[in-house]
Amino acid sequence: MIDRLDQIFVLLKHGILGYLPENWQTPVGVILSVVCIVGLYPALFALTTILERKGLGRVQNRIGPNRVGPYGILQPVADGIKSLTKEDIVPTSADSVVHFLAPVILVVTVFMGFAVLPMGRNMVLVDLDAGLLFYFAMGASTELAVFMAGWSSRNKYSLLGAMRAVAQMISYEVALLLSSVVVVMMTGSLSLVKIVEAQNHYTFGLPHWFIFTPWGFAGFLMYAIAGTAETNRSPFDLPEGESELVAGYHTEYSGFKFALFFLAEYVAMFSIAGLGATLFFGGWTAPLAALQWIPSWIWFFGKLFVAMGVFIWLRATLPRLRQDQLMNFAWKFMLPMCLLNLFVAGLWWFMGSGWMRWVLCSALLVLAYVVMGRGELRAKHVGPRSYRYAE
Amino acid sequence: MGVVFYLISALAVGGALAAVLLKKLVHCALALTLAFFGLALLFLQLDAQFAGFVQILVYVGAVAILVVFAILLTRGSEVPAEGVFSKTWLVGLVIAAGVFAVLAWAVLQAGPWLPTEAAAPAVTVNDIGHALMSRYVLPLQIIAVLLTAALLGAVIVAMHEKERTK
Repeated sequence: MIDRLDQIFVLLKHGILGYLPENWQTPVGVILSVVCIVGLYPALFALTTILERKGLGRVQNRIGPNRVGPYGILQPVADGIKSLTKEDIVPTSADSVVHFLAPVILVVTVFMGFAVLPMGRNMVLVDLDAGLLFYFAMGASTELAVFMAGWSSRNKYSLLGAMRAVAQMISYEVALLLSSVVVVMMTGSLSLVKIVEAQNHYTFGLPHWFIFTPWGFAGFLMYAIAGTAETNRSPFDLPEGESELVAGYHTEYSGFKFALFFLAEYVAMFSIAGLGATLFFGGWTAPLAALQWIPSWIWFFGKLFVAMGVFIWLRATLPRLRQDQLMNFAWKFMLPMCLLNLFVAGLWWFMGSGWMRWVLCSALLVLAYVVMGRGELRAKHVGPRSYRYAE
Repeated sequence: MGVVFYLISALAVGGALAAVLLKKLVHCALALTLAFFGLALLFLQLDAQFAGFVQILVYVGAVAILVVFAILLTRGSEVPAEGVFSKTWLVGLVIAAGVFAVLAWAVLQAGPWLPTEAAAPAVTVNDIGHALMSRYVLPLQIIAVLLTAALLGAVIVAMHEKERTK
């Protein structure tokens, strides 16, 4: 029974395919899975928008949307209808073809990442041998779509926003890749399914997730920071800093095209959170051996929603960074830490089992963190703030 | 096999032609990206997953962005008044045809010397990693040093200019 529930979607798919002739089964199976992914994540996106608006409202001591439906929970439906019926405006000086293609390419590349994410036991669209590489290749392609949107709008703010976004994504992509490489070093595989399997062991009822190792913990922290920056989320949302750039690269988009940008941003957040869960939190595995009876897909999507909660919490808490702070942080702190983490992971591997490697690896990472953090801070000359006009 | 190959080839060749023929420089860069993407798909169709994905990651993700940045940071994004096509296009055409002829001749002549294998070799990413870290470790290190030197050189060139303007 429990196994049935765990595999319910897999069994459902096989049940449907059973009615079809032999040579139809593979293409229809692929199309079914794709339709599920393309349908599911926008639904989660709608759910997240209302959660975010409600959550931000609570943090900022206000109620949030409460007009549509009980407690305002039908707000996403109203938003969806509104964006569908709005006029689609294309500026006269805009490059209409590129202007049209940008949101399409963005959404397509963002959805492609889900092809290799295992969302439950046996629930992966394609188990590629180079799955992680595929994911990052697709992630890198989104930058071009952002640039296309900003450039084709023929608007200073759009172009500035796009340049900021692309510069930020390029910088943090290095950290994102390097912080993920430690996991690949340990599992010896780029396949995300194999990475999850490597973490699906338990000692004393506790899982072997990579987050519970020194290199995994440091890698996860850096992955989380780089992932937040990669998805242009607060506190790294400079590309759409309202006070400076109106709305960044999607200033000149309205109606459903704007909704597509919005969708792509949230789906990218789901995607990066899913990859983070897969790499460091054991993907669909249970956090305790005693809880393994709960279906694997519940764990995966549960982890996804915890990550979304953290994203919302961060957005409510942290102020936006400045451009120079952003770049300095990426190249002077994240990159050296990521490189050191690679070294520590190698050390961990060659020191064999024992308590010595725990002490040495943790000490190395903490020491580097403290020394680099202190050094950076000393170079900053942080003093009491002076206000030119307010005093 | 046949239909997919011709579709992908049409994508790559069409992208490359558009990169040469379009008037606006940014359009050319985007068309070039399309050609890169077509090449990546060709690699994938040949079961070369690593080469295909790295082609997308490096060329579509980084080189295309670099090209686009270079265009926007220089004056090149405007269409020049006298047209984009060179006056000496005939000479260019002759040289291009000559290069193409030599390359085509070389490729066609190379046929008999290639090892004939009955089945396509199955090379996984794992195999490539092992080869890079054992047999080809010296070339890998040399390229790494070269790239680091180039990176430092680029930074120094950029810094020098900044000091001069002060």
